[in-house]
Amino acid sequence: MIRGRLAGIGPPMVVGVAGLGLWEGIVWGFGIREFLLPRPSSIMDRLSENWPMLRHAGWETGRIAVSGLVAGILAGVLLALVTTRFRTLNEGLTPLAVAVNATPIVALAPIFNAWFGITGTLSNQAVVVAIVFFPVFINTARGLTEVHPDELELMRSYAAGEWTILREVRIPNALPFFANALRVVAPLSVIAAIVAEYFGGPQDRIGNIITSSAAFARYDVAWAAIAVASAVGLGLFAAALLLERVSMPWRLVDGGSENHNTPGREK
Amino acid sequence: MSQPVASEAAVVVSGVDKVFNVDSADEVTALSDIDLTIGAGEFVSLIGPSGCGKSTLLRLVGDLLTPSVGEVTVFGKPAHAARLDQDYGMVFQHAGLFDWRRVAANIELPLELRGWSRADRTARSAEMLDLVKLTDFGDYYPRQLSGGMQQRVSIARALSFQPKLLLMDEPFGALDEMTREHMQLELLRIWRETGTTVVFVTHSISESTFLSSRVVVLSPRPGRIHSVIDVDLGDRTDETREDPAFFAKATEIREALRADKDVG
Repeated sequence: MIRGRLAGIGPPMVVGVAGLGLWEGIVWGFGIREFLLPRPSSIMDRLSENWPMLRHAGWETGRIAVSGLVAGILAGVLLALVTTRFRTLNEGLTPLAVAVNATPIVALAPIFNAWFGITGTLSNQAVVVAIVFFPVFINTARGLTEVHPDELELMRSYAAGEWTILREVRIPNALPFFANALRVVAPLSVIAAIVAEYFGGPQDRIGNIITSSAAFARYDVAWAAIAVASAVGLGLFAAALLLERVSMPWRLVDGGSENHNTPGREK
Repeated sequence: MSQPVASEAAVVVSGVDKVFNVDSADEVTALSDIDLTIGAGEFVSLIGPSGCGKSTLLRLVGDLLTPSVGEVTVFGKPAHAARLDQDYGMVFQHAGLFDWRRVAANIELPLELRGWSRADRTARSAEMLDLVKLTDFGDYYPRQLSGGMQQRVSIARALSFQPKLLLMDEPFGALDEMTREHMQLELLRIWRETGTTVVFVTHSISESTFLSSRVVVLSPRPGRIHSVIDVDLGDRTDETREDPAFFAKATEIREALRADKDVG
């Protein structure tokens, strides 16, 4: 299995390196001007020149993303647990949550600035929390409720109470649903943090560096900042995948029969 | 139903009606006027066409549903008390194993809920794995097993705490014919070895004939007991399936089911 995983890394590495090479070649070959599309090599140069600033920015933006991510996950999971436990609440809240989820939340960033202050980080964190919350809430709630009726009858035949059913059936059943949400929201949290930074917050962050560099036509520096942001996003995505593997060992085995604990499965 | 029963009654269903969606436009009487006594140690099948209420009757016995009228007594106490006393083992068509528990841990779940010690649980699950001939599969995850093996684990789980009453709802319905016949023999062997009482829902005439000491034929809309047929074929083996007495009994059950159709 270890060998299989390493083998899985090979092809994307080759394609990635080849892609960068092609990018370099096209920019050089067609004489594309640097401010339209800088070469990967000059982005690398800017990255190392501005490394202390970019590292600091990446770290700070990453902190906003991660803190908002954690808070959004906690809120989403908590509300999912509460709505599962209390059915009437679920019937009232879930359609509302779905409707609110359809509104573009980044559009609220300027309003959050008014609410939570434009110079601090709180309004940026609030945007991340709002973006992370809904996918986590909706997916987790589905996982907690979409339990096979036979499994519930079985637990009831053991005279198991609601808390036991929650612990033994609903929560493990919801893990794959939660993991799917996590895969989506982990990189999304970085996007949310950067977009929020476009509208305000401290000036030494990735979002501000991108906007100010672009304003001074320093597109190569903007690209270097984007590279840092991608690295942070990738790191969070990798962490989500790792967590998924560690928390659900049963999904790693090769199954002879259909895998029935899969989100979206017809029950 | 003046059927001869064993000394102790395992299940007594008396004067039971079950009506769903009471006082609404889609009110439906699933069961009407059910009287049935099942003796301890019996193997009783409930058979009938779809919608005859056989699964409903099973769920009434298991206290997963409550009767609209009448009462269900299990080992001398109300079904509700029997459920709280955890007298039931249940097996469904869908094996219902938990993906996140290894096979042994699935079997041990009801024991965990009863607060057994780890050592006792491990010993019992090993015993149960032997019983269903899956000795070496305790550390597998359910999805690594075939459908037939999963159903055997499900039976092992239901029997792990030696329930007095085993309720089975078309447990072999999703299995292929060969596996199904093998599982039927296994179930009878386990039934003989454990002496438990079995209530078995099926829509297969040959399955009910092969397994049961008595077959309860239900008729639909509303579900009623049409007749109760004693099946005395001695110890079942694969040869039983080719025995003229087996065919005669299957025919008797088939005719009872047909009689329903003429009425309905």
